[in-house]
This record gives sequence, C-alpha cells and structure tokens, in this order.
Amino acid sequence: MVRYILKRFFMMILTIWIIATLTFVLMNAIPGSPFNEERTSNEAVQENLERHFNLDEPPIVQYFIYLKSIATLDFGPSIKKPNSTVNDLLGRGFPISAELGIIAILVALFSGIILGVLAALRHNGIIDYLAMTIAVLGISIPNFVLATLLIQQLAVNGGFFPVATWQSPMHMVLPTLALATGPMAIIARLTRSSMLEVLTQDYIKMARAKGLAPYKVVIKHALKNALMPVVTILGTLLAGILTGTFVIEKIFAIPGMGKYFVESINQRDYPVIMGTTVFYSAFLVFALFLVDIAYGLLDPRIKLHKEEGN
Amino acid sequence: MKKILEVNDLHITFSTYGGEIKAVRGVDFELHEGETLAIVGESGCGKSVTANSIMRLIPSPAGKIANGEIIFKGNDLAKESDKNMRKIRGVDISMIFQDPMTALNPTLTIGNQLTEGLRQHKNVSRKEAEQKALEMLDLVGIPNPEERLKQYPHQFSGGMRQRIVIAIALICEPDLLIADEPTTALDVTIQAQILELFETIQEETNVAIILITHDLGVVAKAADRIAVMYAGKIIESGTKYEVFYEPQHPYTQGLLNSIPRLDQKGEKLEPIDGTPPDLFSPPVGCPFTARCPHAMFVCEKVYPLRHEPSETHYADCWLYDERVHTPNLMNKKEETT
Amino acid sequence: MKSQTTQSHDHIDPNSKEIPLDWFKPLEGANDSANTVVRPSLSYWKDAWIRLRSNYIAMGGLIFLILLGIMAIIGPYLTPYSVSETSLANQNQPPSSTYWFGTDNLGRDVFTRTWYGARISLFVGIMAALIDFTVGVIYGGVSGYKGGRTDNLMMRIVEILYGLPYLLVVILLLVVLGPSLSTIILALTVTGWVGMARIVRGQVLQIKNYEFVHASKSFGAKTSRIIRKNLLPNTMGPIIVQMTLTVPTAIFAEAFLSFLGLGVQFPFASWGVMANDALTTILSGHWWRLFFPAFFISATMFAFNVLGDGLQDALDPKLRR
Repeated sequence: MVRYILKRFFMMILTIWIIATLTFVLMNAIPGSPFNEERTSNEAVQENLERHFNLDEPPIVQYFIYLKSIATLDFGPSIKKPNSTVNDLLGRGFPISAELGIIAILVALFSGIILGVLAALRHNGIIDYLAMTIAVLGISIPNFVLATLLIQQLAVNGGFFPVATWQSPMHMVLPTLALATGPMAIIARLTRSSMLEVLTQDYIKMARAKGLAPYKVVIKHALKNALMPVVTILGTLLAGILTGTFVIEKIFAIPGMGKYFVESINQRDYPVIMGTTVFYSAFLVFALFLVDIAYGLLDPRIKLHKEEGN
Repeated sequence: MKKILEVNDLHITFSTYGGEIKAVRGVDFELHEGETLAIVGESGCGKSVTANSIMRLIPSPAGKIANGEIIFKGNDLAKESDKNMRKIRGVDISMIFQDPMTALNPTLTIGNQLTEGLRQHKNVSRKEAEQKALEMLDLVGIPNPEERLKQYPHQFSGGMRQRIVIAIALICEPDLLIADEPTTALDVTIQAQILELFETIQEETNVAIILITHDLGVVAKAADRIAVMYAGKIIESGTKYEVFYEPQHPYTQGLLNSIPRLDQKGEKLEPIDGTPPDLFSPPVGCPFTARCPHAMFVCEKVYPLRHEPSETHYADCWLYDERVHTPNLMNKKEETT
Repeated sequence: MKSQTTQSHDHIDPNSKEIPLDWFKPLEGANDSANTVVRPSLSYWKDAWIRLRSNYIAMGGLIFLILLGIMAIIGPYLTPYSVSETSLANQNQPPSSTYWFGTDNLGRDVFTRTWYGARISLFVGIMAALIDFTVGVIYGGVSGYKGGRTDNLMMRIVEILYGLPYLLVVILLLVVLGPSLSTIILALTVTGWVGMARIVRGQVLQIKNYEFVHASKSFGAKTSRIIRKNLLPNTMGPIIVQMTLTVPTAIFAEAFLSFLGLGVQFPFASWGVMANDALTTILSGHWWRLFFPAFFISATMFAFNVLGDGLQDALDPKLRR
C-alpha cells in the first residue's frame, strides 16, 4: 500500500510539474504576455510583474524562480486589477466556487447512484426507461443551455427562484441543478451498467442461494462492487464540475473563481490565467490522487498486490 | 432411506426475443437421504436449469416453471412463495457453483460470507456464528481457520475457495446440496480432493447431493445414481453400475464411448457427431434421432416408450420395442427380439 | 420443413398399434441432417445492422443526424440572407415568414446562421473524432501490438496525458494560439486521442493472443498485414462507439469555449457563439435567438449519444445470441 501511494504521489508531482512547465513555456511563446517586453501603462503593475517574474533575469532563471513560487503557492500579481494578486482573487473566489462545486457533486452522486440502482433493479421496466431517458437528456443538454432554461422558466417566468448571484440557499438551487445534472446522468448510467453486470455474477446468485433478503443482496453484495467504477470516474467528474463552474458562474453572475477566470481570459490577464490554470490543475490532480487512494482502500485486491510487490 | 425430493413432470421455459425456449421438457426423478444423484449431459441439455429450478433461482421473468411439481419434504416448491423460498434456501437446500473464482464476493471477508447465512436464518450471536464458521472451515480442511476468517477471497487458491464455498453451503446443515459442475473449473488433482470431501461430508451429515456435471469421470467417482439428460429430457436413468456397464440408450452409449477407459486398451474413442436439436422447436420424436447411429423411421415421429430393464433402470428408446424385427439392426438386439 | 411433416403425427400414442411396422426401419442419412446448420449464420456487420435497425431510438438519432447533415449543406441557400449580413433595420425580429427563425441583435438571419452553425459544429466534432481516431489507433495499435517495454513507456505517457485536466489544457492552448477553427480542433485533439489509444490498446492486447493471429504469423504474414487484416476488423466495434461519442463531446467543448470567448471568431458562427451572444436575451425576451442554437446543440448531442448507445449494444459481441 505504501508503495502504491508513493507511486501515485510521484505521478501527481510529475503531472503538476508538466502543467507548470507547459504554462511557462506557452506564456513565454506568445507576444503580448508579460514575458515578452510588453509594458503595461500602469507603472505599479509593471513593477509588481518585474519583481514577481524577475523579468531582468534570463528565461532559465525565470523558470526556476517561477517553479519555486508555484511550490510556495504564490501566483503573482494581476495585470488588469492593479491592487490584486492572483492569490487575492483565489482567496475571494475559490471558497464560493468550492461551495458550488461540492454541493453539485454531492447532489450528482446521490441522485445518480439512486437513479442507476433503481434502473438496474427494474431492468427493462418503466423506471429503467424513465431513468435512462433522463440520463441521456442530462448528458445531451449542455449545462449552459440547462442553466438558461432554468433561469427563463423558473426564475424569470415562474419567479420561484432568484435570477442570479449567490446569497441564500434559494440562490443556490438553480446553479446547483444546472451544474449537477450532467454528472448525475453520467453517474446514473455507469451505476446502472455496472450494477447490471454485478447482478449477473455468481456471488450474487450465491448470496440469493443463502436465502438472504433481496435488499440485503443488493446493498451488501451488489452495491459496493457496482460502485467501484463510479469511484474511478470521480476525478473526471470533478474536472467536469470544476470547468462547469466557469460557465455557470458567468451565467448566474456568481462571484466565484470561475467568473474571475473567464474575465481574465477575455481581458488577456496572463498572470491570472497562468495562476488559475496551475492552481486548478494541481487541485484536480490532487483530487485524482485522493480518489486513487480511496479506490485502493475500498478494493481489498489492490492492497494485496502491492504488498506482494514489496 | 427417507425420500426427500421428488420432481414430477417438470417443464421450464425461457422467453427470449427469438421465441420460447423449452429448456426442460418433462423431467421426473427422486432423491433419498444420503444419496448422490448425478445429472449428466452436454451443455445446454437443461441440467443446470433443472438444478436451479429446485432453488427457484432461474432468472425471472424470462424463465419460468411452466408445469410440474418439485416436492421437497412434502411441500411443492414450484408453488411456494418467494418469502418462504428464502427460508428454505441456504437452510434446507444449498447450492455450490461452478467457478469458485467468481462465487465469492471479492470485497467481503470469508468470515463475513460464511456467517451471514447463519445469522440470517438462525438466531445466533456473532460469536456463535464465528465458532460455527471455524468448525466448518475445519470440516472442509482449511488450515489456520482463525486467521483465514479475516481474509478476502483473492488470498485463497481455487481449490481452497471451492472448499470455502462448500463450507458456506453446509453451514446451516441442509438436507439437500445441489452442486452445479463443482469441479469443472479446478485442476484434476484438486478435483479428486473436492470429490473426496463430498464423500466425507456425506458420511458425516447424511446430506443428499445432486451433482450436475458433464464429466463422466466425476460421476464414476461420486454418484450413486445417474440421470442422463438430453434436449430437456431424462433419456436414461439408473444406478451408477447399470448406466456404466449396461447403457441402454444410444446417447449414453455414445457418451461412454467418447471417454478414455483404462481397462480397454487400444479401443478408439468415438465422439458423437452432430449437435443437439434447437429447443425453440424441439422435435416431436426422440430428440437424439438425428445423431443416432441406430435411428429408425419411428424415432423421428413418436417419442419412444419407456424401456425398463430393471426396477431402478430405464431408457426412453424405441430400439427395445418388440416391434423392431428388421434384421440389419444392432446385433445384440436380434437376440432379444 | 422436417418438423412440418412430423407435426401431423404429434398425437400418436406410443403404445398404439397404429404405428405402422415399417416405421421400425433404419433411417437412412439421419446423421447428415444433424450436421447441417439450422439457422443461417450472419456476418458480424449484417447482424449488428439488423440489431441497430430494430432500436428505434438509435435509428431516430441516425435519421436526425442525416437530416441535419443535409440541412447543414443546403440550409444556408434556402434564404436570401448571408451569414454575416447585418441589417440595422431588422434587429431582433421574431420568427416570421421573412425570417423563419427570427433575427439577432445585428439583424442577422438566425435561420441562415443556424445551418452555418451546424456546419461549424459538425465539422469540429467530426474532425476531432477523425483525428482522435487516427492518432489513437496508430498509437494504441503500436503500443498494444509491440508490447513489452515499448508498451510500458507509451502507456506511461498516456497515463500522464490522461491525468491532465482536459478543458484547462484546451483553454490554455487557445489563449496562446488564439481561437480559430483550426486551433480549436487542434487544441481539442492534443490530448483527446488518449481515450481512443487506451481502448485500441486494450482491444489489441486481448485479441492478439487469439489463435487466428498466431495462425497468420506462422504463415509468415507481415506485421502490418496482421494489423490490417486481423486486428482492425475485430477491434472496430468499440472504436466506432468511441468515435460516435467523441463527436458530441467535441461539439460541447466548442460551445463551452465560445462561452469563455474562445469560440470560432467572426465571420463564422457556431452554435456556441450564437448561444453565448444570446445570453442577454434571457431577460429581454428574444427567446428565438437562444432557443434555436441551444435546441440544435442539445438535439445533436442527444442524437449522437443515443446512436452511440445503440451501436454499443449492436456491436457488442458478448450480447450476440
């Protein structure tokens, strides 16, 4: 197990390093970035940039200083917001984005798993068709379409929910729905298919042959095995939710990190783009690392292979 | 010996997209305490379906018992409610599956899987259940049972896993054990050990066993009586010695000719040509007609009369009918007619 | 046919004296009939097609996509308007007989732009799928076929690329390269092929140990020939499914990028760009500007998804009965 974790940890560091290097190289390559002699009109900003990125030094030195600043989680100043650093923006926006993201993924997990299990247990029944129709629709309707539809119908026309911003639980309903539906649909489909597969296994038949009650067969014997594949895609889902917040926050005018990120793209605020990309990538890769470890803990087979390997 | 199971005129059908498959078409047999009945046949002949139907574990709603009775200790299981069936499964009747590698849940400990049946059906504490589990592991010959209880299936070899599966099946002391190809997935040496284990267990617990297999070697070692199934019907049945030494049905004869024997050196092995009939529309007459070396015109038209050479032995075949007098039949037949 | 003739004797009692004695004669040629195949065996593709055809939802998706393809080609010529022609006099007109889908805030015809959008979205989706396919099949095929160290190294690279957050990398690349039709497709495929490579490798590993491959090898067949003649046809099922599902992912990604201001630029119009431009209409009530692009994105993704599902069911040999 220790070896397994170490290997995953090494992969995580490697991936973050690749992303950091990639951003550095790409930013150096484009005209108009702070690395390529473009001067901003604001002197204070220019000074900050030069100090943070050490623009006087040769690129290779810049690179190592840059790596060091990332390792210490210091992402430098913003060009367009003179008084803010990237860290300020992250400090303001990320908690809100995280709140939105966490609520959405919990909603997606719970509803997706329940929908998937019900569909599998009533295979080819009405619930199955209904659940899978919802799931295919959920996958097919992009979150921005769903978001606008929800605002139009439930907020503007219906008046049940506030149109935008992030203030009270009522404000959270529509953005969460818009963000969670896609991942929910993916989880529901995956749960259903893996549940159907597990239900044909001999050990399920064996559990039934023991005379166990149906709910016990499902919950104790089938569900845990069926949810293994769901655990493996959690990382990907999280990435989807995270990038989804960019669009959702823009549409609902939620002052999260996603909104700042979209602004920075439109304004070509390169340090913010760089910093946010690296921060979010590191965050996702770390989440992936945690998921891998969780999988190792859940599946007794993985643990043993690694122990034998030692 | 007390009779514990009687199956009468059992019909099982499966509805599929292609139509209705008549998987079992009128099967009768009975079983007594402490006895082992082997049901033999090619894959798809209906032997596993028959076994599963006794547990009422045929996949529903596709498969159903269309007709017939399964009398177990006086109750007709074919008509029993699902709830009552759950009280019978694992307690009175247990089942062992073909592949021990897939029959155990990979994410639960052996101890958990051993005791859950006991805890479900009998009012025992966790401690008592574990004590019983230790005894069972000991009975099936697993060393260090205390440690083993905490381990997961992947930490055991195939043979060991099958022993565990057997322990699980026997933990509630059932009267009937259904073993569906219990040795097929195992190495030959392990097979022998498992079959010996069956013998030991039967001596100790007097459990009746239905052994489903296509392997005549297994049958020769473990069975008391044999039922040969073909295309959803039992076409020959008798004691082990009757079926092995005086096979009546050409299909049984073919099966026996297709396995190597140590006592008859130099004889050629003869596989049976052809394939079993399509069970979407099973033939009216004898289903083996198309592959039978002695087939007659009548075989195709009318299902054969039962031929009973002894009280315990029968075969459904026209060859033994007194109306057969055509000279160019089997040599043996000319003497009897 | 045989069964029809026997049917009439169904009711004969075995004990009955009605059975003619001459029926107790050996049956000539009986063993031959057992060896004839009862049902005609169907080729893999024919069988898959038959099963796909019986899946109404998947067929609906296929028909929708065919119609969409036709409209993408001829749609823009059905109106007198061009894709970028603005008309200040006709801003935000609702759907009418002159403007079938209405006009946008610059007076451009939404109907014309919708079919232009279909061109762009379909082009992006299909190109992304084709490039993923090409790179993935070559990479995964070589990796799986060579095995050993090569495979190990190639899969390590894939593992790392797979760990990179897809859309973040795409955004970064587009910020640097500048958004255009070709850079969008490039950015989408830079790491997009990884999934395909994994699938192909898995298939190849599974199949390369089959007997028939050994057989061809022992006849001295060349590696390239084995890949072409034996491996590819057997791996096509999952690959086709993966391609079908890549298209909607790419269409979604392009629309998503439009929302970040990284979509295709003027004078092109993709559905994503149109929907993004129309976001403000939520409050102004010019619903048609958002409705048509949003509807077609969703419907197209839906069609590809159900078609992909249908293909998966139809092409999966495990389900073949």
